Amino acid sequence: MRYSNYIYIFIMAAVTYTIRALPLTLIRKPIKNRFLQSFLHYVPYVTLAVMTFPAILAATQSPLSGAAALAAGITAAALGAGLLPVAAICCGVVFILELFLC
Amino acid sequence: MDFMHTQNRHINLHALQEGLRDGIPIALGYLAVSFSLGIAAQAAGLTPFQGFLASITTNASAGEYACFMAISTGSAITELLLIMLITNGRYLLMSCSLSQKFSPGTPLRHRLLAAFSITDEIFGISIARGGYLNPFYMYGAILIASPCWALGTVLGIVAGNILPLRAVSALSVALYGMFLAVIVPPARKEKIIGVLIAASFILSYASEHLPVVSSLTSGTRTIILTLLISAAAAVIRPVKLTEEENTDEVQ
Repeated sequence: MRYSNYIYIFIMAAVTYTIRALPLTLIRKPIKNRFLQSFLHYVPYVTLAVMTFPAILAATQSPLSGAAALAAGITAAALGAGLLPVAAICCGVVFILELFLC
Repeated sequence: MDFMHTQNRHINLHALQEGLRDGIPIALGYLAVSFSLGIAAQAAGLTPFQGFLASITTNASAGEYACFMAISTGSAITELLLIMLITNGRYLLMSCSLSQKFSPGTPLRHRLLAAFSITDEIFGISIARGGYLNPFYMYGAILIASPCWALGTVLGIVAGNILPLRAVSALSVALYGMFLAVIVPPARKEKIIGVLIAASFILSYASEHLPVVSSLTSGTRTIILTLLISAAAAVIRPVKLTEEENTDEVQ
């Protein structure tokens, strides 16, 4: 059967929020276990890296401009640029390259 | 010990302002990404109001996209539940990770509010903060990012072709640029993180092309790779047990 779109939207919001809220509300103390502590220390870097590549190649009209944005972003971040500058540099590289590529 | 006392108000306000500032590039990236999400929502038959409601309450790209697909095909509710668990399961890991960034005394109401602000990008900028994380930083970021996310969805629904393709293309790498700004600088201090980033790139690329694994959704692949790579790193290179961290960020 077909449900109202609102039912789908409500379920989506409720499930997504529950997933986000459970660990943050249930884990109230510092984790002492060395493995878990190390694991959670590495999770952010791994998960963000996994989400960045190769997805960045598919985000742009041409994979080449995505790859150039990746290289420019890594270089700028390694040189100490902050969030906004790195993001802007990536966008600028794609915009300029795609003037020629697309 | 009451945490959110008046003497700390300016600290919280400062964290809020910094969150708003760091939320600007996120908001710009969201505008572009949610614009394309809005196009998918329109195709699934959502009204602009429904698109707005979905985005302002959920704030999740892959999750919303999957939900819109479920709406367009009239999926069963059980199926929708499963899809939501898979596409948003990574937030469970991020939430676990953030639980260790919060001061143990952070009150429940702030944990509940901060949980609402866990998106890939806000998680990214939050873990980059030194010391304990002030939840007001996350509030600042979500306050500017979420309305833009919802606005972009609405714009995508009402005017799918208002922005030139080249502008959408350029804006859509803003989010990845921010990810890089978060993960690259720590790699200079901790070599292992640089190694992990390289390994993550390679394995993530491989998983898109390997048989069986490539048939999984990208959300599931993200979870599996995160679990495997982080666990391997924790075994090979366990971190030193935390000394008391500096408490600059505590309210």
